[in-house]
Amino acid sequence: MELSFVIEKFILVTIVFIVSLVVAMYSTLAERKIAGFMQDRYGPDRAGIFGLLQPLCDGGKFFFKEEIIPSGAHKTLFIIGPTIAIITACISSAVIPWGQELTIGERVISLQVADVNVGILYMFGVIALGVYGIMLGGWASNNKFSLMGAIRAASQSISYEIAMGLSIIALLMVTQSLSLKDIVAQQSGFVNWNIWVQPLGFIIFIVCAFAECNRVPFDLPECETELVGGYHTEYSSMKLGLYMFSEYINMFVSSALMASLYFGGYNFPFMNDLGLSPNWITILGVLAFFLKIFAFIFFFMWIRWTLPRFRYDQLMKLGWKMLIPLAIANIVLTGVITVLKDLYF
Amino acid sequence: MSLFYVVALLSTFFALMTIFTKNPVHSVLYLVITFFTFTVHYILLNAQFLAVVNFIVYMGAIMVLFLFVLMLLNMNEDVEPMKSTLVKVMAVIAGCCLFVTVCGALHLFDTQTPLIEKDPSIGLVKNLGQVLFKEFLLPFELSSLLLLTAMVGAVLLAKKEPKRI
Repeated sequence: MELSFVIEKFILVTIVFIVSLVVAMYSTLAERKIAGFMQDRYGPDRAGIFGLLQPLCDGGKFFFKEEIIPSGAHKTLFIIGPTIAIITACISSAVIPWGQELTIGERVISLQVADVNVGILYMFGVIALGVYGIMLGGWASNNKFSLMGAIRAASQSISYEIAMGLSIIALLMVTQSLSLKDIVAQQSGFVNWNIWVQPLGFIIFIVCAFAECNRVPFDLPECETELVGGYHTEYSSMKLGLYMFSEYINMFVSSALMASLYFGGYNFPFMNDLGLSPNWITILGVLAFFLKIFAFIFFFMWIRWTLPRFRYDQLMKLGWKMLIPLAIANIVLTGVITVLKDLYF
Repeated sequence: MSLFYVVALLSTFFALMTIFTKNPVHSVLYLVITFFTFTVHYILLNAQFLAVVNFIVYMGAIMVLFLFVLMLLNMNEDVEPMKSTLVKVMAVIAGCCLFVTVCGALHLFDTQTPLIEKDPSIGLVKNLGQVLFKEFLLPFELSSLLLLTAMVGAVLLAKKEPKRI
């Protein structure tokens, strides 16, 4: 491995890391601003213009608060819990193709950290690993409410992972590849986006993404009326901050995943008819990709202030009795259509 | 090759920790790490798909369910049920049998001729699918039947008895 390659990847990883942290930071502000907008009030506007420094203040506050580890808690696992949560949130963005290639002088730089040939499955594995962070944290707190919250979170994400995986299988039948790079490259232009061939799959996927990120209407793991604070009841200061941060990073990554699987990733309409140089197309593509991601993040927040939450048995019923059969039907339908298309067209 | 020895050492270490830890939850966590080292082994063997599936299915699903049950039962050293002497003796005999089998298998194993991988892309999904659905179709379908049977059994066990009026 040559040195320049290592340096190039290192810079790319650093940029991706910083961008996901900054997006997560400003998601907290955006959430409160959008909440304010939807409820006809201002939202935070004291720190900086438009409250732009609010996330920094929140971060500072998290760092300076007293850190409490309950005496009955299992100390090691209590610390490992939020660590796993933030690590899994950060490493899942490694396989997302942020753009096409940039050519600087002689070098061709791919804007994807790692082109793993089983990219989607890697994402699933990392998401599945994220459950451990919540479960360990909840159990190590030695608190009934934390344990109940952790168990709710884990069973919820396991249940919805099944439907999510099944909806992806239908997509893979169309794309014929597990590599995210190939899947995005296939969707160039506008008419080739996978949303046009997999609308049902996308709806199942986005519902499952909401459940995986523990967002409203599936935010059962934290519930003030029943469980105090859910799995992070006993957590304070930056450990709580890490849990919340990992949630926002997960939201960012799942938005990026949805944009690249179904909405063409860095592809935008008429990209090949503009007559621009490849570098400019790449830069515009990255911008288009981020526009899509922000649209999805906005959608996450919009739903939060629109829908009331489910009851837990309703959540399980929706996952097991509606989404999984629908996803299987989608697979069968996709298979039949693919075969018919091969035979007659 | 040296990487293999490091990972193999880690696997053995964590597998032993799984057995020797008193707390059941810690034991499961060590088992999770053991499975993770298995994933690394698969990657070293060029079987990416198998590695990721092992990661998702064993670490991401089955072990979480294990952890689940243990956390709900909340077992610890104090409430550990005493095992009878008969069970202990049986466990020792079974362990010895396994040890003998493993030793015999190792004895028969030919370590002289090096194993050369014919096709480095054999572990990819496409090739795996081709092999499963062409060469090994019957065993594959039989194992899926077995899984289906187990699933039906599990559903039947979980189902509540209907109330008789």
